[in-house]
Amino acid sequence: MKNKLTSGPYLIWMTLFTVVPLFIVIYYAFTDSVTGSFTLGNMESVKNYIPIFLRSVWLALVSALICLLLGYPVAWRIAQAGAGSQRLLYMLVMLPMCISFLLRTLAWVALLEDTGIINGFFIKLGLPPLPLIRTNGAVILGMVYNYLPYMIMPLYTVIMKIDRRLIEAAQDLGCDGPRVFAKVTLPLSVPGIISGVTMVFVPAVSTFYISQKLGNTGTTLIGDVIESQFKTAYNPNLGAALSLVLMIIVLASTALMNRFSGDDESVATV
Amino acid sequence: MNKKLIRTASAMLAVFCIVSLFCGGMTARADEKVTINVYNWGQYISDGTDGYIDVNKAFTEATGIEVNYLTYDTNETMYTKLKTGGSSYDVIIPSDYMIARLISEDMLAPLNFDNIPNYKYIDEAYKNTEYDPENIYSVPYTWGSVGVIYNTKFVDEADTGSWDLLWNEKYSGKILMFDNPRDAFGIAELLLGYDLNTESEDELRAAAAKLTEQHHLVQSYVMDQIFNQMEHEEAWIAPYYAGDFLLMNAENENLAFYYPTEGFNVFIDAMCIPATSDNKEAAEAYINFLCDPAICGENLSYLGYSVPSTEAREYLDEDVGISEVAYPSDETLARSQSFLNLSAETTKLMDSLWLGVKTSGGSNSPIYIIGIAVVAVLAIVIFIYRNNKLKKRREHYGSK
Repeated sequence: MKNKLTSGPYLIWMTLFTVVPLFIVIYYAFTDSVTGSFTLGNMESVKNYIPIFLRSVWLALVSALICLLLGYPVAWRIAQAGAGSQRLLYMLVMLPMCISFLLRTLAWVALLEDTGIINGFFIKLGLPPLPLIRTNGAVILGMVYNYLPYMIMPLYTVIMKIDRRLIEAAQDLGCDGPRVFAKVTLPLSVPGIISGVTMVFVPAVSTFYISQKLGNTGTTLIGDVIESQFKTAYNPNLGAALSLVLMIIVLASTALMNRFSGDDESVATV
Repeated sequence: MNKKLIRTASAMLAVFCIVSLFCGGMTARADEKVTINVYNWGQYISDGTDGYIDVNKAFTEATGIEVNYLTYDTNETMYTKLKTGGSSYDVIIPSDYMIARLISEDMLAPLNFDNIPNYKYIDEAYKNTEYDPENIYSVPYTWGSVGVIYNTKFVDEADTGSWDLLWNEKYSGKILMFDNPRDAFGIAELLLGYDLNTESEDELRAAAAKLTEQHHLVQSYVMDQIFNQMEHEEAWIAPYYAGDFLLMNAENENLAFYYPTEGFNVFIDAMCIPATSDNKEAAEAYINFLCDPAICGENLSYLGYSVPSTEAREYLDEDVGISEVAYPSDETLARSQSFLNLSAETTKLMDSLWLGVKTSGGSNSPIYIIGIAVVAVLAIVIFIYRNNKLKKRREHYGSK
């Protein structure tokens, strides 16, 4: 009863701003933009954008994996630090997020472009300028840079909570460093890995600004297409259909990922 | 008991915060001063830089009416914003074909010309236009033409002259293109020798194919970002509005401009009042103010766009007044065409073809499929391996 009361405001919030809009999205996705009657046309035209869906999913996956490889050692190191420096290091990870996401992406443009800071430096040294911007790599870089804190945060929280006694027990029983990591720390941090990957993958797959700024005309992502339908083309019906499909992809992949963390309780109690 | 009190208090506080969020706008509106929302193209009014007049500030000083100034980057963005509602604008400045579209959809309010006496300064040539034949809904703000801007440092003079410079492989990756369907299709249509207002599906598809051909050469599809990209030489070639070239040229002397031989688009941007406006009189006062020859002349000296009023030309900076770019000769203008409103079906077709152009090419789908499949298989293998191990372990130690 008490729980119901306290969760009331959020439930109202969620109904008004999540559930109702969701139905509006579904409604738009299945109506014609001119006549307003029921149609499957929008859903059918979604198939024209399959290559773009694939590109978005692939770039988001790569970004999530790179974030994991970069973020895990950082999270582990922070969790090992003393209480005082832990707070400082954690704050440093969070610090870039205090600056607008758009501004940080524009800063990368200024760094990477042909007449940008990095290439300016190369030219001064007499080296040929590199094609840094407007590549798939630049888009991935932008995603990794922007979403890395979302990977580090859950990883750090989970690693920090690992019972130190389990590690000590493994060491007492003759396990060396790498094996302690492989047999104890890593399995116990799986929930962090899952939520980190989810938290990077979900915004990355639907991102739109980064690809416009750092990508070329061939790296258009599904987020860009959806944005254009609402911003300039005035075709909210196609936009809604694309959003719906994107949402299904995201939900399916999160459901898949969540299956991994299913047995963690038993791991911890073994 | 205490806990309950705290909980209720914090819940009330939360509700209060949310409610006050929504009320913020209302209390501001209760203010006595009239505020009009002006929705105009980006970089399209003199705002006090380079020692020119700050038009909005001058208007507020003259009339006491506050101006809330907002910008858009294409006619289509403006149209979408108006159409989706939720915001009320009092003055908008779309281009000719968009005005015709807005009129046909009853989205504009007829103007009361008693409140716009300065309308008399507008030249006859810019009245009784095709988009507003009876001069009911619009007052011309500027006119201008579309041409090619290029950087003389990097672009060979021999390659210039035609729209095909934008299709020149030599400058791959250094070409910018319009990020709106009408202007982009216009260029392809001129290059193919079609009418700018063609409604033929075959011709539109051919134009889209032409644009797709260009897709891999284009650095990006942009509107006002073009200023930055051209001025610091990140891009070398771009089609854009003549008036904006004059602004860019002031920042970078290496830039040059030409009107392509195949012809070009000439447009009029005019001030209108949306039917949803709440402050029509104040909006008319604003339109009237912008038509004042002295204000108009100074405003457009900064903008570089062409003045639709002979009186206002007297007030222009000398170099702008004689510029061949801003005021092309009659001989050049003979090659120009203006945009008319297209039927709803044609507009829809063009929009979807345009999306096709922008999302074309770069199809590495097989690589992406293989990549995604590898990751998925790896994930499943790890999952099965882990499950098996857990099962074995459980069997070994006996499950709880």
